Amino acid sequence: MHGLINRSIQCFLRDTYGACAWQSIASAAGLGFDNFEPLLRYDDGLTHAVVAAAAKQLARSRETVLEDLGTYLVSHPNLEGLRRLLRFGGVNFVEFLHSMEDLPEHGRLGLPDLDVPEFALEDLSDGRFLLRVSQLVPGIGHVVVGLLRAMADDYGALVLLDHGGIDDGREVVTVHLLDHAHSAGRRFELAMPGG
Amino acid sequence: MVGLDHASLSRLMPMYLALNDDGRITGIGPTLAKIIGGQVPLGQDFFRHFSVRRPAGITGMAQLRARAGQRLQLTLRIDGGNLRGLAMATDGGMLINLSFGIGIIEAVRQYSLTDSDFAVTDLAVEMLYLVEVKTAVMQELRRVNLRLEGAKTVAEEQAITDALTGLRNRRALELRLPQLIAQGIDFGLMHIDLDYFKQVNDTFGHAAGDTVLREVAKSLTIETRASDLVARIGGDEFVVVLPGLSDTARLAQIAQRIIDRLSTPINFEGQRCAISASIGLTISTRYAAPEPERMLSDADAALYASKHAGRAQAQFHQPTDSARLSSADGIAVADGRRA
Repeated sequence: MHGLINRSIQCFLRDTYGACAWQSIASAAGLGFDNFEPLLRYDDGLTHAVVAAAAKQLARSRETVLEDLGTYLVSHPNLEGLRRLLRFGGVNFVEFLHSMEDLPEHGRLGLPDLDVPEFALEDLSDGRFLLRVSQLVPGIGHVVVGLLRAMADDYGALVLLDHGGIDDGREVVTVHLLDHAHSAGRRFELAMPGG
Repeated sequence: MVGLDHASLSRLMPMYLALNDDGRITGIGPTLAKIIGGQVPLGQDFFRHFSVRRPAGITGMAQLRARAGQRLQLTLRIDGGNLRGLAMATDGGMLINLSFGIGIIEAVRQYSLTDSDFAVTDLAVEMLYLVEVKTAVMQELRRVNLRLEGAKTVAEEQAITDALTGLRNRRALELRLPQLIAQGIDFGLMHIDLDYFKQVNDTFGHAAGDTVLREVAKSLTIETRASDLVARIGGDEFVVVLPGLSDTARLAQIAQRIIDRLSTPINFEGQRCAISASIGLTISTRYAAPEPERMLSDADAALYASKHAGRAQAQFHQPTDSARLSSADGIAVADGRRA
């Protein structure tokens, strides 16, 4: 797995539960080092070990940890850059949903060796969608639920989200858009801040 | 031919300009109107708002028409902003489509542009996206480089440090001697071997031995300058390199002070660990072309002579064995040339 992904998991655990919690998760996972380097590649087993160790250490279900990770990725100020990159996907939540299918290409524009799951969106009409995600890691759908929830907040959309199980090797996320302009959402300027 | 109204043209080309044969603006896309600012310049002269930088010499409609289909570089008179575009002849005038070109990044900031200011076919937003991705990746690379640089410094320091005493090690010595020689700096070289260290180890154990070695390291650091290199090169063997010191009297003095200090018994858990030191010296100025190995072996020979002569003393290397410097001689140098 790409170091950037492992690093994101590390930052999520460290920023949410503290440096000490991260240290003990890292040692429980048997990493043998303190920090993932964001531009190196690591054995997939390490990613699984970290997620498993985190769930055990924090006494939370794996699903909850993964969902919180997804929310963290777009809502924490340390990762403002990622939120901005995702917001480039569209001017409203529905456009953003459609842009998820382009995510692998978008990811590879920046880092050609980045692992990004494949997304397929099915529009069931009446604001209902099915988003199928390839299993980059088991439970990826929970990360997507957390991420979409935070992005809906960002766009000011009111959305019901759920993990709809696994279908043909892909995790299914059900999306029900109740109101695309429920609240003001967060501002997004095309121009990079502070540059 | 396709006929399009202003609304459709605005969607297709948000930065379009329609001109009549007199060069008056009859239509303008919303994004272009936004960056010109103020009142929409309908009916006004194109050349009042824009100047054509390239191709040169376009100051009127006839010349513009003659360049139809060629790439144009324009300047916006109101703020000097650069645009590029293309003008094509239409029934009764010209249609011009403009874009920011590479100035897009600055333009988005300057005019607070949003997605809806660009045509859906325009890759402007992808371009902005790429710039941000590139910036984020570069930032990450810079961080990685800083971390690596820090780790490298620590590793380099560790590689030339003796873990037990914190002095330099043999590797540091092997790096330093050729440097001094290459830079033409004169230096004194001192090879120190502890006397009775084995007895301390055998009598009081390795913990006592380690304590003694650490105390010796402290003493050597105290008796030398910060610019000198003090290295532990073996169990109880040390080498001191003294750059800029080629005076035998000064070197003999330093050697004697070291011997005096090391002859004071060291306390380890209530036990008195008594040692002393034998020293062999040589000086780079004694060689036509100093070589590290040769100098180390000469200092070692002089050290052996000191041991042989009864320990707790220092001798300069001499081809002839006439240069004995003992504590009995005090600071009076026993160097062959001066004694």
